[in-house]
Amino acid sequence: MSTSSVEIKVCLGTSGNAAGGEEVLRLFRHYVFDRAVEARIGTRCEFRKVGCRGFCSKDVLVDVIINGSKTTYQSVKPIMVERIVDDHIVGGGPIPEWMAGDEYTSFHSKQYKIILGPCGEIDPENIDDYIRMNGYRAARKAVTKMTPDGVIDVVTQSGLRGRGGSGFSTGEKWRICRGQKNDTRYIIGNVGEVNRALAEGNPHAIIEGLLIGGYAIGAQKGYLYIRERYHLSVERLRTALDQARDKGFIGKDIFGSGFDFNIEFSFGTESFICGEETALMESIEGKRAMPRYRPPFPAEKGLWGMPTVINNAETFSNIPLIIGMGADWFSSIGTAESKGTKVFTLSGKVKNNGLVEIPMGMPLREIVYSIGGGIAGNRKLKAVQVGGPSGGIIPESMIDMGLDYESLRKVGSIVGSGGMVVFDDEDCIVSVTKFFVEFLQRESCGECTPCRIGTKRMLELLIKITDGTGEIEDLDTLNRLSGIMTASSLCGLGRTASNPFITSFNHFRDEYLAHIRDKKCPAGVCPALVVFMVVPEKCKGCGLCRKACPAGAVTGEIKKAHDINQELCIKCGACYKVCKLKAIKKQ
Amino acid sequence: MEQRLEGILNNYLQNEGNVISILQDIENEFGYLPEDAISWISDRLDVPPARFYGIATFYSQFHLKPRGKHCITACTGTACHVKGSEWLISSLTSELHLLPDEDTTEDRKFTVEKVNCLGACSIAPVVVIDKEVYGKMSSDRLMKLVKKLEKKESEKEKA
Ligand SMILES: Cc1cc2nc3c(=O)[nH]c(=O)nc-3n(C[C@H](O)[C@H](O)[C@H](O)COP(=O)(O)O)c2cc1C
Ligand code: FES
Repeated sequence: MSTSSVEIKVCLGTSGNAAGGEEVLRLFRHYVFDRAVEARIGTRCEFRKVGCRGFCSKDVLVDVIINGSKTTYQSVKPIMVERIVDDHIVGGGPIPEWMAGDEYTSFHSKQYKIILGPCGEIDPENIDDYIRMNGYRAARKAVTKMTPDGVIDVVTQSGLRGRGGSGFSTGEKWRICRGQKNDTRYIIGNVGEVNRALAEGNPHAIIEGLLIGGYAIGAQKGYLYIRERYHLSVERLRTALDQARDKGFIGKDIFGSGFDFNIEFSFGTESFICGEETALMESIEGKRAMPRYRPPFPAEKGLWGMPTVINNAETFSNIPLIIGMGADWFSSIGTAESKGTKVFTLSGKVKNNGLVEIPMGMPLREIVYSIGGGIAGNRKLKAVQVGGPSGGIIPESMIDMGLDYESLRKVGSIVGSGGMVVFDDEDCIVSVTKFFVEFLQRESCGECTPCRIGTKRMLELLIKITDGTGEIEDLDTLNRLSGIMTASSLCGLGRTASNPFITSFNHFRDEYLAHIRDKKCPAGVCPALVVFMVVPEKCKGCGLCRKACPAGAVTGEIKKAHDINQELCIKCGACYKVCKLKAIKKQ
Repeated sequence: MEQRLEGILNNYLQNEGNVISILQDIENEFGYLPEDAISWISDRLDVPPARFYGIATFYSQFHLKPRGKHCITACTGTACHVKGSEWLISSLTSELHLLPDEDTTEDRKFTVEKVNCLGACSIAPVVVIDKEVYGKMSSDRLMKLVKKLEKKESEKEKA
C-alpha cells in the first residue's frame, strides 16, 4: 500500500442500504470524478463497499482514510457527500460536527471482534480483500498439512461450542460423524437471521469454515442453508462462492491435495422451525419441515440418511481463526466452559442498537450500559430477553450475570439465536410473554401434541390474563403445561417454548397477579386494562394528540384542554407518546 | 404460461431441485402458485398434486391466491414489535381498507404481509416495500410512501 492514499469506505449492509448507502457511494464517486479530485490532490482515491460494522442506528457510516488516518462519519446523507469531498478530501479538514462521536467509540471499545472485525473493513464482494487478510490460509494449512483427525483435535481442544443453540462441542460432533462407516457424508451451514451481517460482511469466512469442516469429517458436499428472503446475504454468499470456485478453493483437487469438495445452496423459508437441524434436513430433501425423532442423531444418520454435520454459520466462521491462530489462542478468550466470542443482536430500548460481539462471560450490565449506552429516553431498565423467542427473560436485578452457556442455562435461558432485547418500565412483561408464545404457537409445526396443543393453550390463557379475565388457577395451569411441554415435546421448539413464561413468572410474579387480581396492567400496555385520560390542568390544547390519534378519539379546540372519547379510543398510546407536557396519563 | 413452466421444469431437471425449489420458482415467476401451474407440473413429473399442496400450505412463503402488485412486508419480530410494528400494520390496513382476514386489496394493487425477524433488528421497526428495505419506520413516513405508490398507480391508470 502506498503511503499517500485516500480510501473511502461506505457501509453497505442491509441497514446501510436502507439508509441510502448506494446513493452515498455513487455520489462520492461522482464528486471525486467530477471535480478531478485525484488530479488535484495527486493521489488515487479508492472506493470500497464494506459490510455492516454493527452500529446500524447511525447508518450510513463512512470512513475516510487519508494516509492511514481514519475519520468516521455517521448518519451520512447524500447531501452531505459534496462537502466531505470538498472540505475533507480536497481541503484536508475533517468536518467535526458530522464525525462519529463518543457513542461510536464506546459502542466498539468494549467489544471483541474476532469474527465481525473484517465486516466493515473488507469488500465482501472481492475475494482478494479476504485473501489479503490471510483468507483461505487456514484452509490450505488444514487440507495440505494436517490430517482430518488433526483438524478435529485442534477444534476440540479450542473448546468451540455450537453458536446456533445447543452449545454442543463442535469438535465432538465432527468426531462422531467422522467415526461413521458410510462413505458419503454431508456438512451443512445453517445461516439464520443473526448470521446475516456475517454473510453480508464476510461471506468467505463461512465458506472457508465449511470447507475445513468438510475436509475434517470427510464430506464431499456441503450445503449453505439460507432463508430465501435474505436477498443481500444470498447474493453476497453466491458471489463469494463463485469467486472461491474460480480460485480453485472449492471444487476438485483442492490445493493439489486430491480432496474434492463442493458447496451448494439450499433455500429455506423463514419459518422458525426450518432452523431446527432435523427439520432443516427434511426441508433440503424437499419435504415439510417437520423434525425427526432422535436418536439417531444427524451426525450418525442425517441428510438422505447419511452422516451429517450441521453447524451454525457463526460456528463455521470461528474455524479458520482456530486453525490459523491455534487452539490455545482461542481458548484464552472467554470463560472456563465457554470459549471465544459470541455475536448478539442488541435491540429494544437501549440507546445504541446494533450487532455486538463480546467475549463469552461478559456481564450483561456491560452490554446494556457500556456498549448499548444505557436505556433510551432515560427510562428504567426492566428486563432483558436473551436467546430469541424461546429464550428467558432476565430481570434487572440479575443483570450482573455473565453471558455464557452455563450462566444462561442457570437462569432458564439459552444462548439460542443470540437475540437480545431490552425492555424498559413501559413494557408489560405479561404482554411480552404473550407475544413470544404467540410466535411459538404460530411456528409450531404441529407434529407432536405437547407442543401443538400446549402452545395453543398457553396462548389462550395469556390472552385471558391480559384481557383482564384471568383467574389465579390459570397460573397453575400455565406452570403445569410448561412442565409437560418441556418434558415431552419432540424438538427444541416445544421443549424451550415455555422458557419465556417460566422465567417471567419467576421474576415478575407481581405483575401477573396485578393483571389477574387487581385487573391492572402496571406498565399501562394491555388495552383492556388501561385507560388514557387528559389531565386538564396540564393540557395547553396544542392539538398534537388530536393529530396523532388514528381513531379520531381526541377532540378539543386549540388552546383549550382536549378530551379523549373512551368509546372510540383503541388504546394505542399515540397521544401519550406525542404529548410533550405529560398531560396524558394512563391508568 | 406453459413456456414459463417449461423453463422452471428444465431448471429443476438440470439442478437436481425438489418440490420446494419448484414451488419457489413458480412463486417467483407468477407471484403466487396458480392452480393450473401446479396441475401442469404435477402431470409432467407424475407427482401427485397433494405433494405440492402439502408443501405449499406448510410454508408461509407460498401463496395460493394472487397477490398485490406492490408488496408491503412488515417485520413482526421481537425487536420490531417492541418498537411498535403492530401500529404500523394497523395503520396500513386502515389506509388500504383491508378487512381483518384480508391481506390483498380488492384491486390487487397492494398486499400487506407480516414476516418473522428479518435480521435487521438494529434499525427496527423494519418494513420492506417491493424488496426495498426501510428501517426505523414511522407511521407517518409509511403512509407517505404508500400514498406515493397509490398516486403512481392511479396516474398509470389514467394514462
Ligand atoms: C426451533 C429451533 C430453531 C432453530 N433455529 C436455528 C437457526 O436459525 N440457526 C441455527 O444455527 N440453529 C438453529 N437451531 C439449532 C439447530 O437445531 C442446531 O442445533 C444448530 O444449527 C447446530 O449448530 P451449532 O452446533 O453450530 O450450534 C434451532 C433449533 C430449534 C429447536
Ligand atoms: S425483529 Fe424485525 S428485523 Fe429483527
